[in-house]
Amino acid sequence: MKAAVVVFPGSNCDRDLAVAFERAGFDVSMVWHKDNELPAGVDIVGVPGGFSYGDYLRCGAIAAQSPICKAVVDHASRGGYAIGICNGFQVLTETGVLPGALLRNAGLKYICRTVDLKITTTDSVFTQGYGAGDVIAVPIAHHDGNYYADAETVTQLQDQDRVAFTYVDNPNGSIADIAGILSENRRVLGMMPHPERAADEGHGGTDGLAVFRALTDIVATA
Amino acid sequence: MKARVHVMLKNGVLDPQGEAIRHALGAMGFDKVNGVRQGKVIDLTLADDASEADVTDMCEKLLANTVIESYSIEML
Repeated sequence: MKAAVVVFPGSNCDRDLAVAFERAGFDVSMVWHKDNELPAGVDIVGVPGGFSYGDYLRCGAIAAQSPICKAVVDHASRGGYAIGICNGFQVLTETGVLPGALLRNAGLKYICRTVDLKITTTDSVFTQGYGAGDVIAVPIAHHDGNYYADAETVTQLQDQDRVAFTYVDNPNGSIADIAGILSENRRVLGMMPHPERAADEGHGGTDGLAVFRALTDIVATA
Repeated sequence: MKARVHVMLKNGVLDPQGEAIRHALGAMGFDKVNGVRQGKVIDLTLADDASEADVTDMCEKLLANTVIESYSIEML
């Protein structure tokens, strides 16, 4: 099983994400933003957190136009698996792979702490390792994590059971407490919280590990 | 040739920065401000044969995120 982690100038969670994939049993390769294609046979692409291109213009906007992102979009449109965490979520919304956008936090402050997330659906490779309604503790670290989509899109996400995680105590003003969403084919997950920072006892908790583990089982048996 | 692009959050999208500015103005005694919206101005220096349609294309593809932002273009 192969995972690729995209590295932009300004990414800072790329190695954490690589370690989480490795723990889950993936061979991981790092791909540079100027690369035009993903390594052959990649099962899942990870778009990591950080501050790609200094968050210039809008968070994720410049990264979304980079050569590697064209390859990531192609991978996703072919039905490939992908996960975007924090800045990676912002990048995936900017590419249009996931709907909506991430606005400045309602309280205007950068928030860096561990929050409780509710598992809203178990119907995805990323969340099937949890029980429906389970509450997990996962760190957040963002300034622009306030999920926004128009009412029609939010209703569609809810009706199609595509909200993966919600905040138990909404920290940033996200509409409908949304912390993470799935693509229509349920193979792309975008989330603001950092499961890769809750994937080792040394992190203070391993509640995030199942996001990567369950995926290994599915990909292995596919 | 130059163009100026104004990018604003769409009406109905909460602008917490604008709200913070409004609160600060109120606290300073400017009591005639009913609302503040903050946006961006992007100045482009263009080739002579560039058209407004080119700038519109730039806005749609990069300069604005039309999920949350609206834009207007001034050809200068």
